[in-house]
Amino acid sequence: MNHLSSETFRENANAALADAQLRGALKSATSLFGDRRRSAAASLPNWEDLRSQARAIKDEVLSHLDKYLEDFVRAAESRGAKIHWARDAAEANTIICRLAAEHKARIIVKSKSMTTEETHLNTALEAAGMQVVETDLGEYIIQLADEPPSHIIAPAIHKTRGQVSELFTSELGAPPTDDIAQLTGTARATLRDRFAAADIGISGVNFAIAETGTIVIIENEGNIRLTTSLPRVHIAVMGIEKVIPRFADLEVFLKLLPRSATGQKLSTYQSFITGTKRQATDEGPEELHIVLLDNGRSRMLAHPVTRQSLACIRCGACLNVCPVYQQVGGHAYGSVYPGPIGAVITPQLMGIEKTSQLPYASSLCGACREVCPVKIDIPRLLLHLRGEISERKGSAGERLVFKLWARVMMSPALYKMSAVTGRLLQRVVPVSKAWTSGRDLRPIESRSFHELWSDE
Amino acid sequence: MKVSLFVTCLVDQLWTGIGVSSVEVLRRVGCEVEFDQRQTCCAQPAYNTGYLKEARQVAQRFISIFEESNADAIVSPSGSCTAMVHHYPQLFASDDEWLPRARAVAAKTHELSSFLIRVLKIEDVGASWKGRLTWHDACHGLRDLNIKSEPRTLIRNVKGAEFVELEHADACCGFGGTFSVKYPEISVAILDQKIDAIERAGVDAVVSGDASCLMQIGGRLSRKGSKVRTMHLAELLSHRQ
Repeated sequence: MNHLSSETFRENANAALADAQLRGALKSATSLFGDRRRSAAASLPNWEDLRSQARAIKDEVLSHLDKYLEDFVRAAESRGAKIHWARDAAEANTIICRLAAEHKARIIVKSKSMTTEETHLNTALEAAGMQVVETDLGEYIIQLADEPPSHIIAPAIHKTRGQVSELFTSELGAPPTDDIAQLTGTARATLRDRFAAADIGISGVNFAIAETGTIVIIENEGNIRLTTSLPRVHIAVMGIEKVIPRFADLEVFLKLLPRSATGQKLSTYQSFITGTKRQATDEGPEELHIVLLDNGRSRMLAHPVTRQSLACIRCGACLNVCPVYQQVGGHAYGSVYPGPIGAVITPQLMGIEKTSQLPYASSLCGACREVCPVKIDIPRLLLHLRGEISERKGSAGERLVFKLWARVMMSPALYKMSAVTGRLLQRVVPVSKAWTSGRDLRPIESRSFHELWSDE
Repeated sequence: MKVSLFVTCLVDQLWTGIGVSSVEVLRRVGCEVEFDQRQTCCAQPAYNTGYLKEARQVAQRFISIFEESNADAIVSPSGSCTAMVHHYPQLFASDDEWLPRARAVAAKTHELSSFLIRVLKIEDVGASWKGRLTWHDACHGLRDLNIKSEPRTLIRNVKGAEFVELEHADACCGFGGTFSVKYPEISVAILDQKIDAIERAGVDAVVSGDASCLMQIGGRLSRKGSKVRTMHLAELLSHRQ
């Protein structure tokens, strides 16, 4: 039941609403993240300026993405990195499986990466006979539980500590406990051994700097540092939109990202990786491979309205403040990227055929736009996608309703007539159950305001 | 000042008291109020559901009607519908004929509380109401029009009324137009957070600037047999003991 489909969003959501444990976990986690983000943002007086600067940098990148990618590739290659271009998820997985085979890898450690979730890399590697170990605590938990992540930065946000303890008992034989330090200790002890044995480390990328060819990865647990430094080979997977022009641009993003994501002033570890080690006595991997993934991104780039979706820095702040996400959690979306930004990105990456419910899974309250550190106008993008869906996939019934609605609204006579009809009909026709199952309906007034005004 | 009232289709059909109260308040502060009988809807239902062609038709009609008026301002007792009118330029972004007309009408259109405070600079409309009440920030008024202090200022100046802040006053009530019937279960789950906060506030009434939120909140309060009543800001401001 854990691998849900976007096509059944409504059913998924209703099942989530009935899960008291899930809703409890979501409520405390999203409000904690939300509160921390708010005070972290408030602690910087120039927060709004930083948001504008960050967006301006992203806009600059996105209007010259080809140039900045070429710069990045040139700089990274000159430092010894090997670059691989992947048109789509399948191509990325093929490249990585081939690299793993070339190195006769048996054990692969991975750090948290939404991009490799997007490509379902683990499935591909496991099918090729490799053992893949997720080393981020949250990712490790959901890997043991065989579940997809339910949040962009906190993949196991839907689980209570009790559920994690049960999981560790059944999967690792650990004694039951509600002590978080002890649970973390169990994971740590198991993972240390995997790090030491791993042939390859695979990571994501937060920022790729065109000027220097550096990749920057942000984390709190130290597992990324180990993943990218212990094994002989490091493979980093990044969406092509992750590039930023200059090293100096990092200042803005390193202020915005941790504050927006976890409410921290700074994450515990920021790894800056520029190429491979220079000489044999240096520490670090012998090979660095960087996989640049398109997978629908250049299509998003081509459209003037949707282009801004590529500015996302995957902080997850919009999830925490979204009233829909707060109630149903991430799995209900049935997509790798959940919440408001997920409802924007997923239909663009996967096409609207199977994801057409997602842009409607929003009350358009605008809380997401208010917190987005790069000022993505998510409600506007949702509306844009709704427009595309109603044009290409809308139900015939709904289309007819809005055609008639427009006819009525265009004509005062029809408008008046429909009001009178409505008043009569509401006495005999049962009103929409969708509304009345949870709420009483206000009856239509016996005289409209138009009529009251004429009376006067 | 001459004001053209856009009453909204929801108020026109389901809650005329809001329209009547708006006229009363506007006249009390010295405005001359006109009402164009040709008006219907701002086009938001179609716009928010993705039927842009229909939305443009209805929006063009709104623009044509209201640009004929010689009133100084178009005023509406709804943050949501006012915000929709402010979105018209987006709807006609690549239309050389309609874009300037959309901009002109949008610039003239104000939500009631922001019109009173920002345009007329009136903070006390001489209302009185006895009881304890709270305010729910309707999303579009709050986030599209930046209306936050205006209604609170007006409410604080209502004689006899005791104002308390609602916990998470700026959280969505779960209405969201067609969202409320496309995903009624989620809509009500979101709503229940709001209802809990209202009940914890121990108020006689919850006030807001949009009939839509108030019907959502009121529909649930009444289903739960709550004694808390819902009231539009215009109704509160028109009230005199």
